[in-house]
Amino acid sequence: MSSDLKYEKRHDGRDWLETRPIEAKAGVIKKADGSGYFKIGKTEAYAAVYGPREMHPKFLQNPKGGVLRCNYNMMPFSGAGERVRPGPSRRSKEISMVTDKSLVPVVNLDDFPNAVVDVYIELPQTDAGSRCAGICAAAIALADAGIQMKDMVAAISVGKVGDKLMVDLDYEEEAWGEHSGLVADIPVAMVPSTGEITLLQMDGKITKEDLLKAIEQARPVFEKIAEVQRQAIKDKFARWARGEE
Amino acid sequence: MTYTSKEHIISSLKKGVRLDGRKPYEFRPVSIVTGTISTAEGSAVVRCGDTEVIAGVKMAIGKPYPDRPNSGTLSVNAELLPISNPAFESGPPSTVSIELARVIDRGVRESKTIDESALCVTPGEAVWMVNVDLCPLNTDGNLIDVGALAAIAALKNTRFPKYEGGQVDYKTKTDKQLPVGIIPIPVTIVKVGDVILVDPTADEFEVADARLTVTTEEDGTICSLQKGGEAPLSLDEVGQMIDLATAQAKELRAILVKAL
Repeated sequence: MSSDLKYEKRHDGRDWLETRPIEAKAGVIKKADGSGYFKIGKTEAYAAVYGPREMHPKFLQNPKGGVLRCNYNMMPFSGAGERVRPGPSRRSKEISMVTDKSLVPVVNLDDFPNAVVDVYIELPQTDAGSRCAGICAAAIALADAGIQMKDMVAAISVGKVGDKLMVDLDYEEEAWGEHSGLVADIPVAMVPSTGEITLLQMDGKITKEDLLKAIEQARPVFEKIAEVQRQAIKDKFARWARGEE
Repeated sequence: MTYTSKEHIISSLKKGVRLDGRKPYEFRPVSIVTGTISTAEGSAVVRCGDTEVIAGVKMAIGKPYPDRPNSGTLSVNAELLPISNPAFESGPPSTVSIELARVIDRGVRESKTIDESALCVTPGEAVWMVNVDLCPLNTDGNLIDVGALAAIAALKNTRFPKYEGGQVDYKTKTDKQLPVGIIPIPVTIVKVGDVILVDPTADEFEVADARLTVTTEEDGTICSLQKGGEAPLSLDEVGQMIDLATAQAKELRAILVKAL
């Protein structure tokens, strides 16, 4: 990619507010209580929900309601470079935590005191945007598991490369910043019906005006993603009604 | 699993009935797809009934062991991902996952599937280190057999990344393939009471009294064995299990070869 300070055209020919191709499915993990799959470009996430079930260890139990517990994990061969060591890392623990917080506002676990709803997110291959894909898959899985939810949660990265605001940066666009210093990568999760933001992080530099604009102009993208997520659930039950599941 | 469901499975098996309707020596349908993971040097997804395992190969340059300066390394790792079954928990690898990885690893190693001298770049200095990681996405029993098929298929699918000036360029795959020679195929046979079964589901695995994994090469040579479970086996039973495993391995080998 050119190291010019102006990013004139996206290297894969997309429009600034165009995501990579998205594919979503529900009911992909047979032994789970609910499951989801979300693929965006070459980033692929599976999520499975187990529960509500008894919380272990017991001291984490909450007598006032159920607890949502998310776990984000990259498969060892899913990174663009070297093998990722199996097991939790500082990065995966942080992402698990922010994933949890991005979903908690829409789920209601009041009826399940002392219980836990475990959400396991696995990434077989990634090309940036993996925490957002994980959140999208997890939201499908929670809905598929019949957990009471106010709305979907849709997530996508917004950002700035050079002087352009855009959505869904891929790995090459993120890497553009390493020599230009002009990239902001901002993963955002949103409750589409209210516009509430439940995940907000950033790598890079951006002005307040650009940040607000980047999120505001991406509103229709969040709605579009949520529609794909809802359709995944509908498709699963349509298959089920036809006796295919 | 509850006591009643265990009893139900065992009493059905005594009448020759498996809960999914299979015959005792019948394998579930197996499908193999390779090259599914773009970030891996080689990959495969193997499905067998409701069991689904992703295998990915990652390669890196490392220093060889001092006693084997001309040999690269190959290791097979497995994790029982909690996404795949409610019985699996997060945390350090359990003994079950370590056994799974080691049994497959031993089969691959003992049959000399990969000629490790072909992984040498500069003797004593730089060799390729090949890692195969097995990630079950859905677990409904028989992870050893399914995992091994996935591992071999992924190794067969592997292309060396470009290596230049001491750097591995993971974005550029070359045409060079791994030298995969002999293909070992493990088949796990379980014993429940007096009944002998192939390709056990997760529930059947749980009620099994004993199991034997027999890994064979194409000519029938046994290249690795692993007995599990609490019940002992008679020599006759071992013989019977080896015959069954060898016959089943032929069928799996045909499916594998067709998929590659």
